[in-house]
Amino acid sequence: MASTVLASGTAADRAPGSLRRYRWWLLLIVLPVLLIAGGKTGLVSDFQFLQLSLMIVYSIAVLGLILLTGFNGQISLGHGAFFAVGAYTAAILIDQHDWPFWATLPAAALACFVAGYLFGLPALRLEGHYLALATFALAVAVPQILKYRHIEPVTKGVMGINVFKSDPPFGLPLSNDQWMFLVVLAIAALMFWIARNLLDSRTGRALIAIRDHPMAAGTMGVNVAHYKTVMFGISALYTGIAGALHGIIFEFVSPDSFRFELSIAILVGAVVGGIASLPGAVIGGIFVQVIEKYADALTKKISAAVQLPLELEPWLIYGIALIALMYAMPTGIAGGLAALWRRLRRL
Amino acid sequence: MPLLEVEGLNAYYGETQALHGVSFALEAGGITTLLGANGAGKTTTLRAVCGMVPTKGTVRFDGRPVAGRPTEEIVRLGVGHVPEGRGTFTTLTVEENLRVAAYTRRDRAAAQRDLDMVFEYFPILKVRLGQQAGTLSGGEQQMLAISRALMLGPRLMLLDEPSFGLAPLIVQEIFRIMRRINAEAKVSMLLVEQNAALALDLADHAYVLETGRIVMSGKAAQIKSDAGVRKSYLGY
Amino acid sequence: MEQLIQQVASGLANGAIYASLALALVMIFVSTNHINFAQGEMAMFSAYLAWQLMEWGLNVWLALPLVMALSFAAGVAIERSILRPLHSAPVLAVVVVFIGLLTIFHALAGGIWTHTIKAVPSPFPQVTFPGSAYIGSHQLGMIAITIAVLLALFAFFRFTPLGLAMRAAAQNPASARLAGISVDWMLALGWGLAAAVGAVAGCMVAPAVYLEPNMMASILLYGFAGALVGGISSPGGAVAGGFIVGVLENLIAYLGNVIERATGVYIVGNGEKLTVALVIVIAVLTLKPSGLFGRVTVQRV
Repeated sequence: MASTVLASGTAADRAPGSLRRYRWWLLLIVLPVLLIAGGKTGLVSDFQFLQLSLMIVYSIAVLGLILLTGFNGQISLGHGAFFAVGAYTAAILIDQHDWPFWATLPAAALACFVAGYLFGLPALRLEGHYLALATFALAVAVPQILKYRHIEPVTKGVMGINVFKSDPPFGLPLSNDQWMFLVVLAIAALMFWIARNLLDSRTGRALIAIRDHPMAAGTMGVNVAHYKTVMFGISALYTGIAGALHGIIFEFVSPDSFRFELSIAILVGAVVGGIASLPGAVIGGIFVQVIEKYADALTKKISAAVQLPLELEPWLIYGIALIALMYAMPTGIAGGLAALWRRLRRL
Repeated sequence: MPLLEVEGLNAYYGETQALHGVSFALEAGGITTLLGANGAGKTTTLRAVCGMVPTKGTVRFDGRPVAGRPTEEIVRLGVGHVPEGRGTFTTLTVEENLRVAAYTRRDRAAAQRDLDMVFEYFPILKVRLGQQAGTLSGGEQQMLAISRALMLGPRLMLLDEPSFGLAPLIVQEIFRIMRRINAEAKVSMLLVEQNAALALDLADHAYVLETGRIVMSGKAAQIKSDAGVRKSYLGY
Repeated sequence: MEQLIQQVASGLANGAIYASLALALVMIFVSTNHINFAQGEMAMFSAYLAWQLMEWGLNVWLALPLVMALSFAAGVAIERSILRPLHSAPVLAVVVVFIGLLTIFHALAGGIWTHTIKAVPSPFPQVTFPGSAYIGSHQLGMIAITIAVLLALFAFFRFTPLGLAMRAAAQNPASARLAGISVDWMLALGWGLAAAVGAVAGCMVAPAVYLEPNMMASILLYGFAGALVGGISSPGGAVAGGFIVGVLENLIAYLGNVIERATGVYIVGNGEKLTVALVIVIAVLTLKPSGLFGRVTVQRV
């Protein structure tokens, strides 16, 4: 993995008085305003707002995985588990205890941090393939764990939990989907901002040192075990919040929403976007949602046009993308774009 | 035509260049030794001949260019390499070690003859035939390593520090047998050794390597009497 | 008592499948140090191939060897084309490629044969024999075929020159090259064999559960558990581990039922088998990574 992937931008960005550092904030304000305006005038449908929200939610989920695997070197094939924990935490609190949805987010964050940290403890002993194996096992077992009889009174077993969205507060003239879009966007902005600061700090450098040279990092005084377990917790926290938001938006959680495929989808998002790149998480999240939604239609069109004897499945695209990327662009789309940008600047 | 010709050989470990323009030639029939201090590039030279490290330059075996070819191909042309550390298949038995070395031989009868020859040179291996090779002593493993190279039916044998870690008596015995192999089985040898005295006694020709370059070459007796060599490598 | 014997017998039958998968996994691990996460889906795909051949009229005892041969070829092809260039790639890249293979096989199976579950008849005659009360003919057949395949493999590796060369290449690739062995092709052949063994597992299990693309997902997890319990660096250990896991999971569920009937308290039952497998995987990985029969490798600085 390229070690030059600290997503910190250039020195020019951080020069005092530079307007460039505010370009993201501008984007974050201008874009939603434009979109909401579009929504009000009927240019942007509620359904499209839902799509956008889901893209952002998956971006947060992918960001969680990227922090752990891309920046800290711990491979996880099981992040769907934390997604599920976040989703169920939110659903249970809303459905059975009448919590307002925004209050469930910190609760989900805490629950997932604990879950991640606990998993990170035995994971300390595991590296590479073995850690992949352990997380793979976790991902496969998740639906069954969620159906466990003793927690059924709370999780409602196979039937799942229905969550009801509340209306936008203060009587704002927004539809539910528009409101959730703004909420999700704000939360995503906050979480990315935290991640960026985390990575730019001493902690971030320690994480990357652990990823690249764990033994050397240890001998230099870095408390490797501490960082790794905490990172697992933080990573789980991120993906868990995404899960909670997903549950809230979708208004439904059930064990079979969190099968092994979910963990793969998050992995695909991370790899496609750029395994060690914050902007990559956004690209990855968009990619996952786009494939889920449109690959179906796309593959049907291709099948019809080329008249294949089989039905192309969306997941086929995931698989081919994974393999092709490992050969052509191991740093993902973000990495590929960055390399292209660097080359263009030299021209 | 020399059996082995090396011209302008450069070898690389990643970014580091370990050999700089090494050139030498080996006629069929004799024993040549490569001397030098630790890190001089002796092992690298053997590895380069066998295609085990990336190289630039020419290597010709029996007139055929072999640089850049995969190791297993070069070996099949008739180069037996007894590697540093013996390279024993530790979990296989002695017999399996020998059998696997003959894997590529087409002529089964010749392979069987070579096996008999091996047992003649190293009778102890016949005794230990069913034992796991990893349980053999250092000297026995060295004998096994030489035997594995012999089972290829090679014209040239490359030996990398065969005396390493062995008691002097065992080393003497092995070197005696090496001389026999050279004379009787007509196997030319390129010997890399840290033990310069031993090597110069055995060899006909010698080259001295220093930081990846050949700094001296000549008949073994000549090299042995050279004052500089005596001081640096022979200790007197 | 009778139920206990049934559970053990059925555990052995399941264990046969897990042992086959575990063996395939270990064969690839020993030679390449990679874990083939796609093993389950490859086996499932082979099972579909067998089904298709039988649909086209081929007798089952011809279809099975043919599918094994096709799977072998596919395994060799995959190793040579997709995996070989990644020999020195970082672990994450390799894992990602395996997951990619997993999804491709899964999606291809679903795309070609749809997701409708198919019932596959057992190739073994449904006769009554002494002991039928405890074990079905298909289950007995599974065990028999698995043992036959395992013995054949054992004989191949132990007594044939090619088998010896493959063992050598896996054990010490550098020395194997110096013996003139083409290590790259040995790895490819190892992959082919693993794919063929996996095909046997897939074809054996299909009549017992329904044939559908999700068939092998959880079975793969049991295969992993078996390989880990036995020792992921030991083929013999993997086989033993597979059988152990098969029997163990049934015994634990049985025990859970007994406790529930006696005390009314439910701890575990048939619905928790995957979770038990997960616990086994984590426990072995953290407590005794070399398994019962494997060797621990020291990591060089």
